[in-house]
Amino acid sequence: MSAPFLLIVIIGLAIAAWFTARARAAAFAPPTDGAQRPHSRPGQHGWYTALWVAIPALIVAAAWNVASPALVTRAVLAEPAAASIPADPLERGAILAETRALATGRVAAAFHHQAPVLAPAYAAARLRYGLMGLALAIVAGLAGGAYAYSRVRPDFRARTPVERLVMALLLIASLIAILTTIGIVASLLFESLRFFAKVSIVEFLFGLHWSPQTAMRADQVGASGTFGAVPLFWGTIFIGAIIAMIVAIPLGLMSAIFLTQYATPTVRRWVKPLLEVLAGVPSVVYGYFAALTIAPAIRTAGLAMGISSASSESALAAGLVMGVMIIPFVSSMADDSLAAVPQSMRDGSLAMGATQSETIRKVLVPAALPGIVGGVLLAVSRAIGETMIVVMAAGLAANLTANPFASVTTVTTQIVQLLTGDQEFDSAKTLAAFALGLVLFVVTLLLNIVALRVVKKYREAYE
Amino acid sequence: MLEPRPLKVDAPKMTARSVNVYYGAKQAIRNVSIDVSMEDVTAFIGPSGCGKSTFLRTLNRMNDTVASARVEGDITLDGEDIYAPDMDVVQLRARVGMVFQKPNPFPKSIYENVAYGARIHGLASARADMDQIVERSLRRAGLWDEVKDRLHDSGTALSGGQQQRLCIARAIAVDPEVILMDEPCSALDPIATARIEELIHELRGRYAIVIVTHNMQQAARVSQRTAFFHLGTLVEYGSTSEMFTNPRETRTKDYITGRYG
Repeated sequence: MSAPFLLIVIIGLAIAAWFTARARAAAFAPPTDGAQRPHSRPGQHGWYTALWVAIPALIVAAAWNVASPALVTRAVLAEPAAASIPADPLERGAILAETRALATGRVAAAFHHQAPVLAPAYAAARLRYGLMGLALAIVAGLAGGAYAYSRVRPDFRARTPVERLVMALLLIASLIAILTTIGIVASLLFESLRFFAKVSIVEFLFGLHWSPQTAMRADQVGASGTFGAVPLFWGTIFIGAIIAMIVAIPLGLMSAIFLTQYATPTVRRWVKPLLEVLAGVPSVVYGYFAALTIAPAIRTAGLAMGISSASSESALAAGLVMGVMIIPFVSSMADDSLAAVPQSMRDGSLAMGATQSETIRKVLVPAALPGIVGGVLLAVSRAIGETMIVVMAAGLAANLTANPFASVTTVTTQIVQLLTGDQEFDSAKTLAAFALGLVLFVVTLLLNIVALRVVKKYREAYE
Repeated sequence: MLEPRPLKVDAPKMTARSVNVYYGAKQAIRNVSIDVSMEDVTAFIGPSGCGKSTFLRTLNRMNDTVASARVEGDITLDGEDIYAPDMDVVQLRARVGMVFQKPNPFPKSIYENVAYGARIHGLASARADMDQIVERSLRRAGLWDEVKDRLHDSGTALSGGQQQRLCIARAIAVDPEVILMDEPCSALDPIATARIEELIHELRGRYAIVIVTHNMQQAARVSQRTAFFHLGTLVEYGSTSEMFTNPRETRTKDYITGRYG
């Protein structure tokens, strides 16, 4: 019996239970004067009964789904026609798989001659056990429903278990995100440990030379395999935390000040969503804008200024475009912080004869500063984790340079580089990607924690 | 209804004649005329929403910050029209200071809170001058003894009553001529309220003080002149003692005796 059909049947039963129980609860005699009103409303009795139908039925159905294939197989093997199947588990498995495929109509013809013979038996067994499962699920649902229905009385507190279940569901929802994070950390951590077994952690964190070419053959030329990640860290900071922020902080802050303090409501209504569109543009689009438009322009400008080292994969191009991409983050955080400064603060300053710009510079921005700093830290953590722009526009050469026209590379670019292409998955080169990922994860996590702390502390100041 | 006679005072500090205030299409103040004297404390009383705060805010043009607000009529300070096109609102507000309903110290140190106005108006060039302004203002606001050892602590860490006196010190530091107080005690406990009322007594004569209050006993205690507002109109304006003992208008009498409001 197909799963969607089973699900529809169970939901249908639950809906029926909801209406029945609600009707029963609604029919209770209204409380006479002085008597207490019933603890739970009719709808809550309905939910209680519906859940008692759905949950046992779903549990039985799920259990049956796990158990029935083995039962079906056993039934098929018990057929007289199955006596000719060889005892070798591999061959037997292959024949049974083909039989299943034939029986469910996924293939039209089989390689093993036994398969078509067994297929009708298989289909029959499947139908039999499917119907049995359906019946069991319905029985479980009805039994649960009957139990719950018998408890629907005016003094029964149906609301409490229903709300407890809702709370449990919400808890599970939040746990899934947390468990995923833990899983990511664990996978990064174990692969990184394997990497650090091959390469010393000191060399990785403090080494100044990055050249991750490991030899696939012993006689290979140019396979130096040094893993000093400092040039990568520097490139990441240079592009994400320095150049991008030089663009994003002033522009984001100024646009937030304009939007909250000077813009008329009409202007704000149009400009704010337009600015937020920037945040919705996929970063790959920024990437080719950076690689195809900005980078060549910067190289030409650099050469015109007499900088002979100007590269077409300059740090400046990636950083500038990343800065523009980050503007909405800085601006919307700053906007929120400025808007959260109480109006009374503004009035207080204006009433002393301060001009609007004095009020903004000396009262509003200082008061909003923690929130703005928090926003900037979040923006930095996003910028250093950003991948597409730097993969497309920044270089691959791990240079340790402060020249913005030169090519630098970043942690994310190198991760992409190390994991794409043909590599065995236990070489130092591939494992290095996990170590880099771990560093990136730890740094952005710390930045986020600090940023959220700062923002939270600031929020408490105006309670 | 009788048009309330504007009570003439000798050499009024501020005068208002036929003032109307609109918020969009809604009229909040109808034809109010009033004089504010230098020597006396003037109290504005009336039920919630009667326009007393709105009218107070026209006296230093704080209504300019509300986009939909529009003011008609003449308001003068020392005979100068404060709504004249060449009147600089920054200078006006330096002369007509304001204290708000909820204490609103800036999230800066006590010292910086008081120094703020003096700094933006360039009143002190040397550090010593600024120290002097801060000390004098805090002394006048009766806060000096309580905070002199912690001038560099945050102003927001003070108690509510201290914060409000800090806001008064902040207003005084700019050396204004008029101080507008918009229900300055409504967020304070009775002891802090008594302290502010005492302070108003001490400041009387040095500054023209206009106070908006919900509390009629407070108006009776701190003011010499009282204006009663109702539904955007000025019902009665006169000496406080006369108004509380012998109101001319029934509406005033009903309000003072607690019939409504």
